[in-house]
Amino acid sequence: MTRDITMGKKDSASRIRWFTFAAPSRFYSLTGALIPWLWGAAIVLTLWGLYVGFFIAPTDAQQGESYRIIFIHVPAAWMSMVIYLAMAFWAAAGWAFNARMGAMLAHALAPTGALFTFIALWTGAFWGKPAWGTWWVWDARLTSELILLFLYIGYIALTEAIDDVRRSDKAGALLAIVGAVNIPIIYFSVKWWNTLHQGATISATAAPKMASTMLTAMLLMTFAFWAYAFAVVFMRARAIVLERESHADWVRQLTAGKEQYS
Amino acid sequence: MRNLFLALYLRDIKLAMRRRIEALLPVVFFVVAVSLFPLGVGPEHDTLRLIAPGVVWVCALLAAMLSVTNLYAGDYADGSLEQMLLSGQSAVVIAAAKSAGHWTLTGLPLVIAAPLFGLLFDMNRESITALTLSLVLGTPILSLLGSVGSALTLGLRSAGVLIILLVLPLSIPALIFGTGAVGAVEGGQSAAGHYSILGALLIFTALTAPPATSAALRISVE
Repeated sequence: MTRDITMGKKDSASRIRWFTFAAPSRFYSLTGALIPWLWGAAIVLTLWGLYVGFFIAPTDAQQGESYRIIFIHVPAAWMSMVIYLAMAFWAAAGWAFNARMGAMLAHALAPTGALFTFIALWTGAFWGKPAWGTWWVWDARLTSELILLFLYIGYIALTEAIDDVRRSDKAGALLAIVGAVNIPIIYFSVKWWNTLHQGATISATAAPKMASTMLTAMLLMTFAFWAYAFAVVFMRARAIVLERESHADWVRQLTAGKEQYS
Repeated sequence: MRNLFLALYLRDIKLAMRRRIEALLPVVFFVVAVSLFPLGVGPEHDTLRLIAPGVVWVCALLAAMLSVTNLYAGDYADGSLEQMLLSGQSAVVIAAAKSAGHWTLTGLPLVIAAPLFGLLFDMNRESITALTLSLVLGTPILSLLGSVGSALTLGLRSAGVLIILLVLPLSIPALIFGTGAVGAVEGGQSAAGHYSILGALLIFTALTAPPATSAALRISVE
């Protein structure tokens, strides 16, 4: 125990920059300052992106107006995948370096990731009805997105089922890593199983096959979703910090102050 | 290392042989569950032939998941699991031996029972062979993945349902290529590619699942 403390002191002296915001108290105060800005950015970017997408972007030659759901669908699908990787990364970091904040961030990311996965599936169904004439098609991308939702639900269910916080963090980290390793395998087997979807609309290598205003709207919505995700994940993480660190002095002072004012 | 593997493996077989009826329950579940499908779908041979590989594979998956719940629970309850982990022996070997034992006790009987269902579902000989071969390669994957889920959910209230939720998404590739092998044979093609991919999945799972299980056991027992 004493050895841990001295090692901690040495560490903090030599590489304080790295772990500054790994301390829950600093994370709490930093994100508290950031959250209003993130919410502001999310609202402004959403309004801007939706305006460009719904009123400025041209009507699609083949799909008419119904394609406009792409401005919500595609960013949500991107977010669903990015958040899973971020969740696995923070869970693994929390496990490997025994950093409490990493595990708390992973916990905070999971519901938002599941929400974006659900939105991607839901808007996909709304888009599929006019485009393909059916709510659901068992093709590679829809099916993998559905499986991604199952992976999120599995992570949330496992971490919620374990009462002991340390075990819950580590077990969730292991599950998230196993899931992240398996996602490519699942994706390619499902893709092999059936490919019926239209080709990818945007890829990093090829030039986008869409009007520039459409791309602008999609990017605006993506940034809006990023801002929303950061804001809501920070809020959830702050709540988890308060819950888990309720024994710490700074939380006691904080809550004591609240009680005085109320 | 080899002795440890063999000792644990034979111990699990011996323990199961002392409770024979209990050891047979997964196969009984498999038989009953598969038999329900003709009653639900209707007895037309064309339909049955079409759904047979999927039905047999999904029921094998569920039978494996239901039986894997107790893979570590007994050893955990009487403290022997803790002793094994404290013994200084490799937890990876322990996990591999337990998975191998699970496959021998539930996977192998399913493989043996599968041709019978091929006949009941009016499949031809080539398809039955493909189904059985795909199960030979696929059921060890289920035991290995199930072992990770079982170790993660050790001692939890809702372990049974949780394992199914955690492991089924991961076992989708095995399901796809297992049933795909039968589909290829029925379509008049060679199933060699499917067997190769199933074999590759088996090797990958055999190399990664025991370390993951050993980490999960240490997390759960700690």
